[in-house]
Order: sequence, then C-alpha cells, then structure tokens
Amino acid sequence: MFIDIGKPIADTTNAFIEWLIVNHGDVFESIANALLTVLILIERVLRGAPPWSVILVAGLIAYAASRKPVLSVGVMVLAWLLGSLGLWEQAMQTIAIMLVSVGIAVIIGIPLGVVTARSDTARMLLNPVLDLMQTIPSFVYLIPAAMLFGLGKVPAILATVIYATPPLIRLTDLGIRQVDHAVVEASRAFGATRWQMLRGVQIPLALPSIMQGINQTMMMALAMVVIASMIGARGIGETVLLGLQRNDPGKGLVGGIGIVILAIIFDRISQAFGRRLQAYRAVEG
Amino acid sequence: MPLIDVRNVTKIFGARPERALARLKAGAGKEAILAESGNTVGLYDVSLSIERGEIFVVMGLSGSGKSTLIRHLNRLIDPTEGEIVIDGNDILKLSIRELEAFRRQKTGMVFQRFGLFPHRTVLQNVAYGLEVRGEPRAKRHARAAEWVATVGLSGYEDQYPAQLSGGMQQRVGLARALCTDPEILLMDEAFSALDPLIRGQMQDQLIDLQSRLRKTIVFITHDLDEALRLGDRIAILKDGSLSQIGTPAEILLSPADDYVRAFVKDVNRARVLTVETVMKPPPLRLTDETLEQALAEMQRQGAEIGYVVNARGYRGVVTRDSVNAAIASRAGPTVDEIAVGAPSIAPGASLAEALPATLSSTYPLAVISRDGSLEGTLSAAQVGEILTPSKDLEAA
Repeated sequence: MFIDIGKPIADTTNAFIEWLIVNHGDVFESIANALLTVLILIERVLRGAPPWSVILVAGLIAYAASRKPVLSVGVMVLAWLLGSLGLWEQAMQTIAIMLVSVGIAVIIGIPLGVVTARSDTARMLLNPVLDLMQTIPSFVYLIPAAMLFGLGKVPAILATVIYATPPLIRLTDLGIRQVDHAVVEASRAFGATRWQMLRGVQIPLALPSIMQGINQTMMMALAMVVIASMIGARGIGETVLLGLQRNDPGKGLVGGIGIVILAIIFDRISQAFGRRLQAYRAVEG
Repeated sequence: MPLIDVRNVTKIFGARPERALARLKAGAGKEAILAESGNTVGLYDVSLSIERGEIFVVMGLSGSGKSTLIRHLNRLIDPTEGEIVIDGNDILKLSIRELEAFRRQKTGMVFQRFGLFPHRTVLQNVAYGLEVRGEPRAKRHARAAEWVATVGLSGYEDQYPAQLSGGMQQRVGLARALCTDPEILLMDEAFSALDPLIRGQMQDQLIDLQSRLRKTIVFITHDLDEALRLGDRIAILKDGSLSQIGTPAEILLSPADDYVRAFVKDVNRARVLTVETVMKPPPLRLTDETLEQALAEMQRQGAEIGYVVNARGYRGVVTRDSVNAAIASRAGPTVDEIAVGAPSIAPGASLAEALPATLSSTYPLAVISRDGSLEGTLSAAQVGEILTPSKDLEAA
C-alpha cells in the first residue's frame, strides 16, 4: 500500500550535497573563512585579555544595561565563579561562538520578523519552516554542514543559528503586530512612509518583545553548546562531553554548572536592557 | 468651489466588495448583504461639499459610518466607489508617494483615543509631522514648542503621554495636528473620550483657535450639543447614508426626517438658536418723519407700532396712540422726539440671552445689527413658540 518516496528523497539530497561540494565547495569555504575570521577575532580578544578585565567589563555592561549596582556585582561574582570552576578558557570560547551566532540570528531574524508581521502570506509560508528548524534533530543538518564547511566551529554556528533564530522571528512578528493600531494609524495620517513608520513607531514599540526574542535566542544558543561540541566546536560543551565519554559525572556536572552560570549572566543582562528600553512605560499607571 | 468635495462615495468592507455593491445598487438592504456575503456597508452614496474655512461637523451614532467617512478624506480608507476631490485634485488618483506628500502638507488629524506615541515626549509627539517632512531638528522643536505653549502645556515638553491626564493628552494631539500648519484639520471624535467639563474647555479652545487660524475643520461627533456648538454646518449620518446637511438652525427648525427629529428633540434650543433665526421681518421703520407723516404711514401699513431708527441709531418705539396724543398736544415736530426708549438685541445673541429682555419689554424687541440697522423684531410669544416643541415633535 505504500509507495517509496523515502529513498528518492534521500538519494536526491545526497546527490545535491555532493553536487554542492564538487561545484560550489569554494563558496562554502569562503563563507566559512569569513565567519571564522570574525569568530577568531572575538575569541582572541576574550581569551587574550586578562580575566579580571573581562570580569570588570562584564560588570560594566551589566551596570550600563540595568543601572543596578547589585546586578553588576552579581554578574562579576558569577564570572569569577566560572574561572574558579576551571572553565575560563572554555567559557570564553563558548561566548565567542554564542555572540557570533546571536549576531547572525539578529541580522536574519529581525528583518524576517518584520516581513512576516507585514504579510500574512509570508507568515503562512515561513511558519512551517520555523517549526522545522526548531524540531528537526540537529544531526540531520549537522552532518551535511560538516561536509560543506568542515568540522569545528562553523557548522556549530550554523546549527546554533538554525535552532535559535525562530523565536526571534516569532517574537519580532508578534511585537510588531501588537503595536497599538491607533498609533500606527496616527503615523500614517501624518504621511509617514512605510520605513518611517517602521523605524520611528513600530520597531521602537515592539522593542520589548524583540528584546525578549534576543534573550530567547541567547538561551537557545547556550542550549546548543553541547551538541556543537560533538562536531568539534570547543568550549564548555566539550567539558560536558568529555565527562560523558570518560564516565566522569563530576566533570559533566561542573560543565553543566558553567553553562547555567553563562545562561544566568546573559539572561539577566539582556532582560535588564529590555526593561530599560521601555523606561517610558514605568510612568504608566 | 468647495475645498473638499465628496461625490457619491460608497464603502463596503469585506472580501469581494464589487458583488455586494451590485446587490446594494439592486436595492438589497445592509442586513441582507451582511447575511449573504458577510460584507458590511460602511457608507452608501454619500455626497457632500465642505467650504474653505468652515467647521463642518459630521454627526451620527456609533456604526453610522462617520469615522469611516473622515478616514476617506486622507485616504486612510479607500472607497469602493465614488470620488473625493480636495482643492481640485482627485485624491483617489494619487500614488502612494503623492498620497504621503498630500497627508504631510495638507491634513492634520486628531483621534478619539489620542493616538499619541507613548515612547516619545510631548515635544517629540508634537514635532512628529515636521519630522516626517524631514525638517531639521532645531526648527521642528522650536515650532513644536510654540504649539505646546499655544495649547497651554508649557513646562510639560519632556513628559511622556502616560504622565498626562486625558484632556492634556488631547491638547498634545491637537498641537501635533496643528504643528504642520495643515489646511485641513480632521478631528475624529476628538473630545468624546474626555469628561464633560474638560470637553467644554476643549471646545472653547478650538473655537478660539479657529477664530484666529481659519482652518477647514471636519469634526466627527456623536454628541448633538457639541455639533450645534461647533458646527458652521452639520451633516447627519445614519447607517452610512446622509440624512440631512444644514446649519444648526436648519437642523433644529426643519429636521429632514424622523431620525433627525428624534435627535433634536431634547436639545436646549434657547442656547443653540440665535435671535436672527427666529426674528420676524423688519416692521415699520421710521426715521425723521413728522408726526403726521408717521401717522399716515402707520395707517397705510396697518401697523400699531413704529420703530424709530435714524442717523443717531435706535431711538425707541412709537405707537399710533402716542403719535395721536402728540399731534393733539402739539408735542414736537418729529417722531424722534416722542419715541419711547425700548431695549434692543443683537441678531447674533442666543435666545437664552434675549429671553429676559423680551419678557420685560412691552413691545416686541427690536433686533439691531452692529451697524445700527433694524433687522427685525422678536417677541416673547415667538421665543416661546420656538422653545416649546410642537405636537408632532412630541409624537416623534
């Protein structure tokens, strides 16, 4: 009763990947090299700088985002804990991968969110793709990605971007759709162009939601570090992976704590920043 | 030529409006169309002309299509059929770019729920129209500050809208609309969300501003008192169609149908109607006639009373008896000298203002215009007749 479509799909995909590698391998290599250049630069700065200066900068960023000394000190203590757990180098590698991934996710995610907010058709078309990106097991695309980009950091970034961009697209879309229609209408009545409306009214008012999306993207990117380490990206994920492989649960736990600490640091800073962006709301009520 | 000319505009909401339009033209009712195809008829065959410099009020209950109508004037909504000509240009033919330029240059809009930008300060809100036009920051902020001061909000420039009361927020809305110096001001139930006291103040402020600015104002309201107070002319909209267009007095004194009649039933006419709309045509006017000439004139016209108005202004009233008595006693050569001083009233006064004088005066009150001419007369009986709704009004 069944017809066999699994095999043709598999064969076509394999042929396609092979064709990509043979005919366009150099394109992927140059993409990989460009990403690596940025990544290595960030990593070199983070790992080259003395740890105390990185901790200090983290504290300053936390203060700038929140204007709360308590949060700032808390972030510095957490960063110090990372080092004390013996995870400093790995943490810096993980942060570098995460920052690049989140950067790419923002560049892709916000414009796509804007597009889907404007057009129901675009949203209808993109939605199943986003569902797919979030649910398909990472290894399905990690293996071809490793074939195209080589093992290591670049496929790790790719996997992270694929997994972590959908919430940003969805929350940007939601944020823009939820902007008060009366306010958008007012801007239209004053003759604002679509771009002026977007830049001056819709994006600023959707910013809390967009910041929530960026926060989600960061958290999901951290959730990917262990998987990323399996294809050769170094970082805290590698510590966890080694703990698993060598039957060393203690080491695995230490790595796990490290990931949680990173998550808390990024979450609190981005949340505080999101709240400050809507300072005008504080006067309501 | 009117500034705004709306010609046979019909608006049908929902998918495939052409089909519903055909059904509507074939005589189907709004409810039938809604039931058949789910289309809502917003406006049906609305035509009206708005003159430069007038306050044109569109009045109707909720669902009458008045907010839909005003949104056609700057094409926030496009009609299904019809023409909208503003200042000689068919605005339905404008491209997107031209339409944006038209909105930036010609129109300003004030909204029922204010529509202020919550993330911008008062000053930035007021400056928005100029910002969209691309004016440099310093210039637009200077102009915005002037308008913030004009609406009485100096000192609040750096507050956010949420920090202001409703009345203050709508002053910001008004200043924002006026800051670009638009020719046309569209006000969509601008004062409806405010409490009555503040609403009255805002109406005063608008009347005051309009006496200086002479904009063309299209004002939407569901409140007849507001319409009568502000409007030079009023259009009454019911279920998407016009019931009547006219001056406040025309609407009050000769309602076109039962709908309008029911509307105007409870209006305080004494406050709305002016003396000139009620007064009788000028009666016998005497100037410097001799007593004999005056008596002859009174007999010829069958008038019991003469109003004496000469180069020195309104002198008072003479009756046939007083003229006869004066002739008998050889009192004086002209009517001017025997006229009995009586109160007069200006044609623009409201009936409420005129009523005490009409009651205390023995003769019908003379209505004297500013240049001293006799326009007509007003008696207590006339005022009473107008202020007491007639029987058919009671029935409606």
